[in-house]
Amino acid sequence: MNAKTMERTEKRLVMIGNGMAGMKAIEEILKLAPSTYDITIFGADRHPNYNRVLLSRVLAGEMAAKDITLNNEDWYRERGITLHLGKEVSEIWRGQRRVVASGGVYADYDRLVIATGSSAVILNIPGQELENVLTFRDISDCERIKEASRRFKRAAVIGGGLLGLEAAGGLVDLGMDVTVIHDQMHLMNMQLDKTAGEMLKASLEKRGIKFRLSTITTEILGDGSVGGLRFSDGSAIGCDVVIQAVGIRPNKTLAERANLYCNRGVVVNDYMQTLTDPSIYAVGECTEHRGKTYGLIAPLFEQARILAYHITGHGFKSYRGSVVSSKLKVSGVDVFSAGELKGASPEDEIYYTDRGGGVYKKLVLRDGKVSGAILFGDTNDCTRFFQMMQDEVDVRGERPALLFGNPMSGDTGHSGPASISMMAPSTVVCGCNGVTKKEIVDSIAEGGLTTRHDVTKKTKAGGSCGGCIPLIEELLVSVLGSSFMQRTKGEPICDCAELTHEEVKKEIRTSRLTTVRRAMEVMGWKGEGCGTCRPAINYYVQMTWPGEAKDDPFSRHVNERLHANIQKEGTFSVIPRIYGGAATPDELMRLAGTAKKYNVRAVKITGGQRIALLGIRKEDLRSVWGELGMKSGYAYAKALRTVKTCVGNDWCRFGTQDSMGLGITLEKILEGVLTPAKVKLSVSGCPRNCAESSIKDLGIVGIEGGWEVYIAGCAGVKARVSDLLCAVSGREEVIEIAMAYLEFYREDARYGERTSAWVKRVGLERIKKSVVDDAGERRRLKERMDECLRKRKEDPWEGPDSEEVFSAPIEITPYGGP
Amino acid sequence: MIFYRVCKITDIPVMGSRIVNLGPESAALFRLYDGSVLAIENACPHKGGPLSEGIVSGNSVICPMHNTRVDLRDGTVEGPDTGSVRTYEVKIEGEEVWIRL
Ligand code: SRM
Ligand SMILES: Cc1cc2nc3c(=O)[nH]c(=O)nc-3n(C[C@H](O)[C@H](O)[C@H](O)COP(=O)(O)OP(=O)(O)OC[C@H]3O[C@@H](n4cnc5c(N)ncnc54)[C@H](O)[C@@H]3O)c2cc1C
Ligand code: SF4
Ligand code: FES
Repeated sequence: MNAKTMERTEKRLVMIGNGMAGMKAIEEILKLAPSTYDITIFGADRHPNYNRVLLSRVLAGEMAAKDITLNNEDWYRERGITLHLGKEVSEIWRGQRRVVASGGVYADYDRLVIATGSSAVILNIPGQELENVLTFRDISDCERIKEASRRFKRAAVIGGGLLGLEAAGGLVDLGMDVTVIHDQMHLMNMQLDKTAGEMLKASLEKRGIKFRLSTITTEILGDGSVGGLRFSDGSAIGCDVVIQAVGIRPNKTLAERANLYCNRGVVVNDYMQTLTDPSIYAVGECTEHRGKTYGLIAPLFEQARILAYHITGHGFKSYRGSVVSSKLKVSGVDVFSAGELKGASPEDEIYYTDRGGGVYKKLVLRDGKVSGAILFGDTNDCTRFFQMMQDEVDVRGERPALLFGNPMSGDTGHSGPASISMMAPSTVVCGCNGVTKKEIVDSIAEGGLTTRHDVTKKTKAGGSCGGCIPLIEELLVSVLGSSFMQRTKGEPICDCAELTHEEVKKEIRTSRLTTVRRAMEVMGWKGEGCGTCRPAINYYVQMTWPGEAKDDPFSRHVNERLHANIQKEGTFSVIPRIYGGAATPDELMRLAGTAKKYNVRAVKITGGQRIALLGIRKEDLRSVWGELGMKSGYAYAKALRTVKTCVGNDWCRFGTQDSMGLGITLEKILEGVLTPAKVKLSVSGCPRNCAESSIKDLGIVGIEGGWEVYIAGCAGVKARVSDLLCAVSGREEVIEIAMAYLEFYREDARYGERTSAWVKRVGLERIKKSVVDDAGERRRLKERMDECLRKRKEDPWEGPDSEEVFSAPIEITPYGGP
Repeated sequence: MIFYRVCKITDIPVMGSRIVNLGPESAALFRLYDGSVLAIENACPHKGGPLSEGIVSGNSVICPMHNTRVDLRDGTVEGPDTGSVRTYEVKIEGEEVWIRL
């Protein structure tokens, strides 16, 4: 095989280890550059790559070993990968760039990846040689444990961490009498504090597991086969099977023997290359990065992606370490933990304890941000908190409600039990696409899916309005435990590039990119972009370089390309501006006249205080606009939509301010400015708030002697009540703050992110600081908004739009005969 | 089925489309970034959405109604959706685009 591969023009990539991290790296490499490498993989295990995370389900009998295979042998064959199963690599000859495995098989490499994972730690105590002293690491361990459970009744698990408890849970399900021995004072001491550890113990005791805490095992007793355990206090228990789950140790011997620098694991740089030899990479549990080793899937997959990027010469991403979370996968017990367990001082900790109800929640804060979370009994908020940690959301303003915020509140269209675990399998999770809980769970378990994006791609759930995304994330957590990858912080725009929204924006600015096409070229896009990334880039270039960047109509949804909303039968709606909801009789007459002339199928007062003409044909759009002589209401765009006003102090007996006047002024100033998502405003004349400022992206409420400014409200898929940004006395100040706030939003938010989601993510404090507290910054923001307004497009219903997007169908008349 | 001359290649915007109607039949002609022209039936297998108004991405078009992704080369739909649309043969002679309907 050596001679054969030498002739190829491809480079030779050899991987040692056929486990989860290594195979993820191979999948990513194939995605990025399918033909760069001729790939050879060695796996000591006899099984092709499988999902180790689900071993506890196999143990518990919920799944069969074959159900957890991730890549079967056909998979390797179809991709032309040479796979040596059951072949353990024993040598790396760096001089010759060759690896040698058992049975004399060898392979030469140009690039080598070490992905040897880790092994269970074996205690240094007498009795290890006895029969039925087992570990819990791979499929054969699982088979041995199940086999033993058929013959014996009593099991002891040494180690009260995640793995030990999952093993204990499985053994109880197999009908065994189980005792867990743990040397610390409380269970899962790496992930939980004392209270949570104690509650966990109580709850597992109810499931029938017995515990010996603060107990050090000194000897495994028995004659040929296990008979019991002895402890340091001299006491002993009887048992027939022992499972050691006291930790894992990175498999680094091979690397050490090849003189690659190792510490606790094989030490790698931020691109996953070994420090000693740049042609050798390492990934997974066997590695040590910035002094840390990882034993959970999420960070390992992240490493695998970075490795793939580097080894194929794509992009410039580096690995900077991960925040990890863990969730115990024992049925009937909900425990979640992430980040720091303790605050620097008691002031940095927030608790909720209900021992009777079996619920405990703790948040650890650092510099106003969530740095750790422990949830017991009710883990519904785990994705929310973990997201806050990843996004480094400033939560100071939300402190009082942090532990009580139910992520489901305000959701429409998928109400039902608040807890995903209580939902029936047939419950529809994604109301837009009609995808049930069962379909999602099956796709996760069987398809080896690990991200929300994977689930959406496979099932469509979460791909439309997005309201069910938190539920999908919960399902991922409940099926996969902590291996569910929270990638939000580093989440790429889409599958076409491994870049985040933030990285894309930065590159557009630093490299002065002014067209979608050029931006994709410079940033090494795969292919021509898709319906997700191209519209985003199109927005970012125009936001960053107003007037200079070129709009690409074919990177826009049809609504924005044609300046009208497409409707059911392929017709369109026309909604002109009616500033502040106040129409003139002239306008109404023109609306009525046009509706009659074009025989418009329906005329409707919209929820946004304007009038819609529905069912217009594409070819009539431009004449309808012309006839109306009104400006576009942008009801189709990611831009300013409506400014809802109440009648205000000109008419209303309670009115304290001229809400209609201010609303109309704001609408005239801001119309036509592009935003990351649609923006809705309102102005009410008094705190009775008839214009509903509490659910608008920007809501203004008149008070005696001034105005209150509210931001980030929303009444759509995920309702959110707005936050008070500030109170000011003059109209001009309101206008300046409104402009600065919206400019900040334009620049900072991700494409498609409404103000409600954005403010929730970045924190109210940050916005207050720039828009209210710092007058200089506010002025600069307003100036940038002024600049953008000067360069904004003419009214799209009037301006010379590219003819080609409106071109009429070509009608063909059939020839007389064939 | 015979070839009809429909338009000049430059009459179709790059990454955009033109509709061709022959009696009740409606085809959407797409001009891809690489210059090739492909034609499919202009009705989405999901609920009949006008594929001509979709965003072109690689060799596919994304239906503007509910994001079904249709392969312009063979008219098949990408999973998890199912179904397919007709494809039409296109030839280019000089500047002229011909379609077989
Ligand atoms: C016409 C109108 C309904 C009506 O008959 O009243 C309407 C119609 C549509 N809305 Fe709406 N929305 C209309 C007011 C609203 C309101 C109420 C309001 O603005 O006061 C809301 C909730 C308030 C809010 O946005 O916070 C609303 C929340 C949505 C949402 C959910 C947005 C969200 O972030 O959660 C969508 C979906 C989206 O934008 O992705 C949506 C999307 C749509 C689209 C554009 C669906 C689409 O993409 O094709 C509908 C177009 C129908 C058509 O045939 O033209 N519409 N929509 C209203 C137009 C107001 C206007 O004058 O411009
Ligand atoms: C029971 C159990 C439950 C778990 N639950 C979770 C969970 O809920 N969430 C979570 O995030 N993580 C969980 N984990 C941890 C997760 O499975 C591991 O972090 C992950 O599998 C490690 O991936 P890896 O590729 O680094 O190592 P592995 O998957 O162990 O792969 C290493 C591979 O290398 C092979 N190998 C080693 N040396 C050689 C050699 N010299 N030559 C050839 N091949 C070699 C091995 O045979 C093995 O197949 C669990 C682990 C176990 C055991
Ligand atoms: S108008 Fe809005 S609420 Fe009504 S059907 Fe359309 S998107 Fe849904
Ligand atoms: S009509 Fe095309 S996706 Fe629904």
